[in-house]
Amino acid sequence: MEDVYQELARIVGPAYVSNQPEERFIYSRDPGTMEPREPDFVVLPATTDEVQKIVLLANRKKVPLVPMGGGLVLSGLSRPLKGGIVLDLKRMNRILEVNEKSRYVLVEAGTSQGMLQAYLQKNHPTLKHSVPDSPPMATIGGNVLIHGSGHLSHAAGFHSEMLNGLEAVLPTGEVVKIGSCSISPYWFGRAPLPDLAGLFLGWFGTTGVVTKVAIKLYPNRPWQDVGVFVTEDPELVPEVFYQAAGVQVAEDITAWMAPKPDWARGFQHVNINYAADTPEELIWKRNLIRASLKKLIDQKTGGFLPLPPPMKKNFLEAPQTTLAQFADVRKGGGFEYVGGIMPIELFPNAYRAGIEIAARQGTTYSTGARIIGPGHCMMFFFAYPFNRADEADVERARRALEETNGLVLDLGGIPWKAEAPAQRQILGRMDPGTLNLMDRIRAMLDPQGIMNPGNWEVR
Amino acid sequence: MNDLKFSREICERCETFDCLTRCQYLKMDFATAREERGRLLQGEKARVLEECVTCYACEEYCPYGNHPFYQIVERQEQLGIWPVPKPVTKQQILMMAPKGKISPKKVQSPVVNMCYFPMFTGSIRGKLFEGASTIVGSDFFCNVMWLHFGKNSVIRERLPEVIANIWEHYLSDSGVEELVCFHDECYGTYTRLAPAFGIKVPFKPVHIFDYLNKRLDELKDRIQPLGQKVAYQRSCSNRLVPETQPWMDEIFKKIGAERVDRKYDRENALCCGTIFRAQQKDDLADDVQKRNLDDMAATGAKFCVFSCPACLFTLGESVFKRGIMPILLNDLCQIALGEGMKGG
Repeated sequence: MEDVYQELARIVGPAYVSNQPEERFIYSRDPGTMEPREPDFVVLPATTDEVQKIVLLANRKKVPLVPMGGGLVLSGLSRPLKGGIVLDLKRMNRILEVNEKSRYVLVEAGTSQGMLQAYLQKNHPTLKHSVPDSPPMATIGGNVLIHGSGHLSHAAGFHSEMLNGLEAVLPTGEVVKIGSCSISPYWFGRAPLPDLAGLFLGWFGTTGVVTKVAIKLYPNRPWQDVGVFVTEDPELVPEVFYQAAGVQVAEDITAWMAPKPDWARGFQHVNINYAADTPEELIWKRNLIRASLKKLIDQKTGGFLPLPPPMKKNFLEAPQTTLAQFADVRKGGGFEYVGGIMPIELFPNAYRAGIEIAARQGTTYSTGARIIGPGHCMMFFFAYPFNRADEADVERARRALEETNGLVLDLGGIPWKAEAPAQRQILGRMDPGTLNLMDRIRAMLDPQGIMNPGNWEVR
Repeated sequence: MNDLKFSREICERCETFDCLTRCQYLKMDFATAREERGRLLQGEKARVLEECVTCYACEEYCPYGNHPFYQIVERQEQLGIWPVPKPVTKQQILMMAPKGKISPKKVQSPVVNMCYFPMFTGSIRGKLFEGASTIVGSDFFCNVMWLHFGKNSVIRERLPEVIANIWEHYLSDSGVEELVCFHDECYGTYTRLAPAFGIKVPFKPVHIFDYLNKRLDELKDRIQPLGQKVAYQRSCSNRLVPETQPWMDEIFKKIGAERVDRKYDRENALCCGTIFRAQQKDDLADDVQKRNLDDMAATGAKFCVFSCPACLFTLGESVFKRGIMPILLNDLCQIALGEGMKGG
């Protein structure tokens, strides 16, 4: 293996490759509950050319290659399940182009959410991208590729739907461009061509290394507000989602439920964030949202919390920093969740089942949901904090996650960014034709089977 | 226990109907008010029970001190009328519940009750509050706010414990008999509401205006007259204690500030709007706040002074956007004493 190390050092420079125990330890795990798996090498390329050379090397040597963004998925997707090379893309963090008029940005895939957010605020304050509720070091590329969602997902869908195009290095080393950029100097979209982006979205790095992504930007309106609608009957929440989303003036609709603090237990809170160019437009939007929920308000079965402006500031943050506080509620810094993508009408069942699972597994919980598009589906999350230093606590959270994955599938949803065991659960229920197609695509693109092996293993 | 001291006979004999006809929000004529009064006394559903915005003003308007507002709230609860949606009400009640986190300690005069506004304890400072102790938190929260929610029962249930907490864990052991109430609500609770509900108060409540007046007298040599126009946002809870209004005028005089003459002050004051939003009446809140802010701005006031922290939370940002500096009353006094504001 020494020759692989030497070759990697020649490609990226000795400062950006390591086979030392410290790095192998760090890159063997993510903040979730999955067991660590050590890589043989960690390498940080700076260019597509370097990525290409590394992929060709991995092919020649038949060494597994695991692309990694921020490493924050919590489900261990960038753990090298079969060893090999972890390809950390964080040095590929250049913001290459902002097209103000056509509202898109082209970035290298390792660009972080925080970097892009800060860059736009400083240089293009009228534009913003959809920020996920992850730490700011999460990458743009990683989040798009796992079908992430964020603060504009009600308005514009999954982050993968905001993808205009991408550049990728195939498992066999060829560099490809997907979308308008394959023909035009503009990265304006994926239509009207055959849409090949699907070869990389949701595949967890098993079909190539995405090196550049262009994503849509949206107006960053100067006036912002939020309404927090409260109910105490989970059966009502799909109607809240349906009505509020149907108006289509909000940017983000999320729900949150937790047993702590005590006043939150048993209530369902739906945050409806909206923005406008003028105060008058803001009030107009507020009134439309309120009118959509009039029936529940008149019945006194739901209503908006009377929050004075200073108390709204936390709810207007993107990303939400309160999630970080919850993540450490058990101390020890462990936090994991199952995100189930499912229809909004499944909310009551998911809510109740999540509470039951937490009680059965003896762990605390926080649940919530983010509406995707105008109510087309939701990402319902079941979050379980744990003390990383307490193995029994980790095990409790792990069991809760496993049970929750099964629950999501039983309900008719699909676990999001599923860890390897959950992937097996998904594949076990998949239509055989789909399964076969996935297998053929994978074999065609990655004949050596080097890309993130152990994930989406159909065979 | 703790029956409301409301006299049906006084109400029946009243021919003014001031409690209803003077309401700034119900817009009720004399004949309608008479009918509504009858329904209220009969314990029947009435328009006022559904539409009352709970501004407290009728407590001030009643010429006989007969507690018409407490009676309205009593009826709302008896008839199962929720001025604020049920989940919002229930959650607020849980949120403001006593936490039992009392750390008994020796206190010294003046003892200032900050109610449930820990974020404002930093304003108890300087010469005005030299040597002061403060108590603050859910266990000392006066609970009068449940009048806005049609929940007198919560006040009845929690207030005796709150009073006991203050007296037994702080004042009594320290030999202190007076409690300075930072918030109108607390003073109104201990001087009006508690007696109206037959709840005994073992200490002497002191209104913040009264306290400030005395301190300004003692510190008069230090006062540098402000020479500024100041608008006053009178809170709903000050309606419970209208006798404090002249004390506010005295403070203005002592610090050399002009209490601007404006339409929406004194008995004609407008609610800050938070409770309208709790009642899901955003349009009303927008309208009332706009009229209030227009009225303030038209006077050329440099400051808008608040005695209620909740009003400051609600209106502070909007007031500031109108070019008027929002400020708590005690901070305004600090400026007059040459002590400036915290942080500047």
